[in-house]
Amino acid sequence: MNEETRLPTRMGDGTFVCLTRSEIRADLVAGSEAATKRAKVPLLGDDEIDHLLEIYASPVRFIGVDVGEEIVLSCDGTGMKTHATRIQDLQSYEQWMGADLLELCVGDYSLKVVRTILAYEAQYMHDAQLCTIAPLQYGVMPNLGLYSKPDGPCDNWNELLPLGKIAEARAAEEEAVEMAVADMVKLADSQREAGADAIDWDTTGASGDPEFLAALRATKIIREKYPDMGVELGMAGEFVLGMHGELEWGGKRLAGLWPKDQLLLAQEAGATMFGPVVNVNTGKSLAWNMARAIALIKPCMDVATIPVHPNAGMGVGGVPMFVHLPSDAVCRAAKSFVELLHVDGL
Amino acid sequence: MHNAHAQAASIGGIRAAGDLVARMQMTRGMRLTEAKQYVADKLGVTPFDLSDPVAMTEVRNEHGFGRVHSYAISQPWQANQIEAKFNIARVLDVPINSVERFKERTTPGGGGR
Repeated sequence: MNEETRLPTRMGDGTFVCLTRSEIRADLVAGSEAATKRAKVPLLGDDEIDHLLEIYASPVRFIGVDVGEEIVLSCDGTGMKTHATRIQDLQSYEQWMGADLLELCVGDYSLKVVRTILAYEAQYMHDAQLCTIAPLQYGVMPNLGLYSKPDGPCDNWNELLPLGKIAEARAAEEEAVEMAVADMVKLADSQREAGADAIDWDTTGASGDPEFLAALRATKIIREKYPDMGVELGMAGEFVLGMHGELEWGGKRLAGLWPKDQLLLAQEAGATMFGPVVNVNTGKSLAWNMARAIALIKPCMDVATIPVHPNAGMGVGGVPMFVHLPSDAVCRAAKSFVELLHVDGL
Repeated sequence: MHNAHAQAASIGGIRAAGDLVARMQMTRGMRLTEAKQYVADKLGVTPFDLSDPVAMTEVRNEHGFGRVHSYAISQPWQANQIEAKFNIARVLDVPINSVERFKERTTPGGGGR
């Protein structure tokens, strides 16, 4: 009896699993079907499944894109005091690790926290700009939840919603949006004065549609105010949660948007870079997760007028949900995005 | 994680021309092909050359774009850091915010607010 060779691959939590080539192919097909079922995106074609199969059934430890097909890495979180001072971290990424762009940020990464230390952060950006070459942005996550009690001044919509106080919850979210937009613009004002090249709204939409609305509104204001300053808008998840449910941008309801429509609104607001996210299912193989990610993000690529940098870090974009990421998994995600979607960066 | 992505797919930052392509994406919203072509045209090279450290080390030196510090090739008369960004802004014909702020603050009466 012929028994198919079992190949080492990984699950979404990073653990090794040995699957046959047929099993990996079946997972790729199932991942594509899962994307289609939820987001109504087209299924991946046989040629795309076969291409992913070559990548995920390969026994090699490390693979890469073809020479000449390299992309930009947006390198979020490069200056956050990982191993030295934040400026030394930025210099390390630039000088030792070949980062294409750099990002200054604080460890907490939340807008509301940074709002209280704007002057310090601006001074740090000023100093950092004097001793780096690569473009350097300032990054925060809008994290609208921190604007609600007990951390912030607004009523807590997560407490109001289970009580059926829908109108009160929506009013609290709308109040938080106003505060967040004002804080985002103040942050951009101070960072622009300090010499920042761009602002990065990272994990946008973690608090659902109100947070996505705040990021869109702030992006539009900042880009109109400072046309030479970039705004990168990166998402928190593949789907905008309807925490409010009735918020719109340009007549488009925000709740329930998938990557393509998120991108269309981001570029309409004036963003210069967009980072779609597809979350990893830790109970499925990386092949399943990658096929799902490719299928969900693929519709973006035909309509994008700005660079698309899918998030491919811990727990997103076919990269395992594990803090010390295995290189064999990371390089496969990078190759898949570049060769199947022709992404502008990661 | 960064190193795996960098080895698998990155242009290579200031080792090659990754920072220059990234700058056109970040501040001009150019997609990858357009950004690579723009930078290549300004430098008189091909888009293929932009991720080649061998080709780009020489090009960066000619234009004063700054390079990775190395005792083997770094010289004190070479532009680096903010100096390099003045040269990048001029050659790529794109304003760089920190360069504009630097000029503003080093002209008479500009830095004393």
